[in-house]
Amino acid sequence: MSKKLLLKNAHIEGIRYFETYRKNGGYEVAEKAFKMKPEEILEEVKASGLRGRGGAGFPTGLKWSFLAKPEGVPRHLVVNADESEPGTFKDRYLMEFLPHLLIEGMLISSYVLGSNVSYIYIRGEYSWIPDILEEAIEEAKAAGFLGKNILGSGFDCEIYIHRGAGAYICGEETALLESLEGKRGNPRLKPPFPAVKGLWERPTVVNNVESIAAIVPIIDISGAEYAKIGVGKSTGTKLISACGNINKPGVYEIDMTITVEEFIYSEEYCGGIPNGKKLKACIPGGSSVPIVPANLLLRTINGEPRYMNYESLADGGFATGTMMGSGGFIVLDEDQCVVNHTMTIARFYNHESCGQCTPCREGTGWMYKILKKIEKGEGKMEDIDLLWDIQRKIEGNTICPLGDAAAWPVAAAIRHFRDEFEWHINNPELSQTQNYGLAHYADPIPAVAK
Amino acid sequence: MSETIAFKPESLAQVHKIIARYPESRQKSALIPVLHLAQKEFDGWLAVPVMDYVAELLSITPIEVYEVATFYSMFNMKPVGKYVLEVCRTGPCMLNGSDHILDHIRTKLNIKDGETSADGLFTLKPAECLGACGYAPMMQLGKFFHEHLTTQKVDEIIDLCRQGAIDLD
Ligand SMILES: Cc1cc2nc3c(=O)[nH]c(=O)nc-3n(C[C@H](O)[C@H](O)[C@H](O)COP(=O)(O)O)c2cc1C
Ligand code: SF4
Ligand code: FES
Repeated sequence: MSKKLLLKNAHIEGIRYFETYRKNGGYEVAEKAFKMKPEEILEEVKASGLRGRGGAGFPTGLKWSFLAKPEGVPRHLVVNADESEPGTFKDRYLMEFLPHLLIEGMLISSYVLGSNVSYIYIRGEYSWIPDILEEAIEEAKAAGFLGKNILGSGFDCEIYIHRGAGAYICGEETALLESLEGKRGNPRLKPPFPAVKGLWERPTVVNNVESIAAIVPIIDISGAEYAKIGVGKSTGTKLISACGNINKPGVYEIDMTITVEEFIYSEEYCGGIPNGKKLKACIPGGSSVPIVPANLLLRTINGEPRYMNYESLADGGFATGTMMGSGGFIVLDEDQCVVNHTMTIARFYNHESCGQCTPCREGTGWMYKILKKIEKGEGKMEDIDLLWDIQRKIEGNTICPLGDAAAWPVAAAIRHFRDEFEWHINNPELSQTQNYGLAHYADPIPAVAK
Repeated sequence: MSETIAFKPESLAQVHKIIARYPESRQKSALIPVLHLAQKEFDGWLAVPVMDYVAELLSITPIEVYEVATFYSMFNMKPVGKYVLEVCRTGPCMLNGSDHILDHIRTKLNIKDGETSADGLFTLKPAECLGACGYAPMMQLGKFFHEHLTTQKVDEIIDLCRQGAIDLD
């Protein structure tokens, strides 16, 4: 069994409410934190090795230490609950079932950062969750854990919820800040970084929901103890939202020492592939990370088992590896069509491009159009090279990383599944009624199907 | 007609509560939350006079409101049916049969994507990943998600809508 830090109390009936949360040790870590100096807490967070859980994996303690503190200028913590990367639904789980864990984490983090007013920017479609969070905030306030002079410390803190309105790009931190200012979600040019000029030009820290929730167990057990869980630079536990063709989709907490094979096939996690089908491919970290065929998912190119952590998933770079990303784990079985799947992902990025940069705005549109054509059996062989060219021209040439996020899935699909694209083009009619199946890249799949 | 547009007193109180979440003179930050309220109260879409009213409430220019309203996919820029079926069709939902669900709705209601049924009840709005990928296929209807959809479940939901017996808020 993986160690559970975030979800250890998730099964307790009524844990969503203050009384039950408190009875099970809730807010005791906040009490401990308020006896510490903010700098001491920051040192614990640094020692924990916690890496941002929003996708980029930037060390949280380091990010916090960059926060500018000009005299007389308010600072803000903004929690990123935009969660819109296809395959990702872990923050939703935390907010729905453990709202007080997020609030306790925000309280401690706000205290460290000196944020008297902190915000949760939540994607608009999660439209029933603000009610849950607001109720929890009211409860915490009534109990003296939010509001004025918290625990007699002289520190004041308010938390407000801000709903977005359906734009993936607002998960990018500077677009999020624009949106919070009541504007279109157009990412800003950096520098200046939010740590210097963020929300309303004030120093701001933007962190993912899961990163902020993780502050609670870190201060509970100490940064050093947290760092002992996991392996190498992948410390602590990570939430994985698993979906696609698996028996038990859902949100799992793993300690980053388990293998990918165990994650997919064991009863504790995904429970294998439905109907005894074979594993074809996987996108282990949300739609923007490279898709890998089964053989490269389960083993690295050197034949070593692949583990569910940042380093192991990335082993081999983009040539043979992939990324941990946001932990949105998408599984494709042998009956799925990689061309069709890639087309939906390309459509997604085209739909979500903010339109500021030409390579992203135009390139995502072209990629979607060409993929749609191939999927419909109307593609030409040159289209594959054209797709490759377009994604190359987007990558690295844009204001924000959405351009890369749109380019990588297309590149990886062509890199590993080129024969499937060619088959679609060579079999315009057959490809409309049949799928390509596993073909050669399924070999050598290790004998894992249980 | 613009003088006839006004929030109900309780919504107006809500607007002021929202504005108070942001620093003084930063009331523009309340724009998206207030547009959500407006869309809910004024027939599910944002007509120009409604947007102008919001601009006035927040002391910003109408163009600042139009710019934002047209950027975000949750805001409807033209009239919609009473029930907007927002069916996710991105990768993970596709793997679990969202194409089939979409086809079923198109045929059943005899509408194309983005259209409203002849009786004015239903609008079909294909959506991109709504954060329910593990419970696919799914759709959003009003405030809530309907997950693990089957064609049978879709039929039941549509029946409930027709009877006015579905929870939207
Ligand atoms: C296009 C795009 C979308 C993003 N979406 C999210 C998101 O939904 N949630 C999130 O936490 N981070 C998202 N990020 C990453 C944020 O920009 C930022 O790095 C993150 O919120 C920082 O928090 P962390 O360090 O705790 O991970 C996105 C980035 C990009 C480029
Ligand atoms: S890369 Fe795309 S989403 Fe990002 S700023 Fe440029 S156009 Fe907008
Ligand atoms: S892909 Fe449909 S909810 Fe995520």
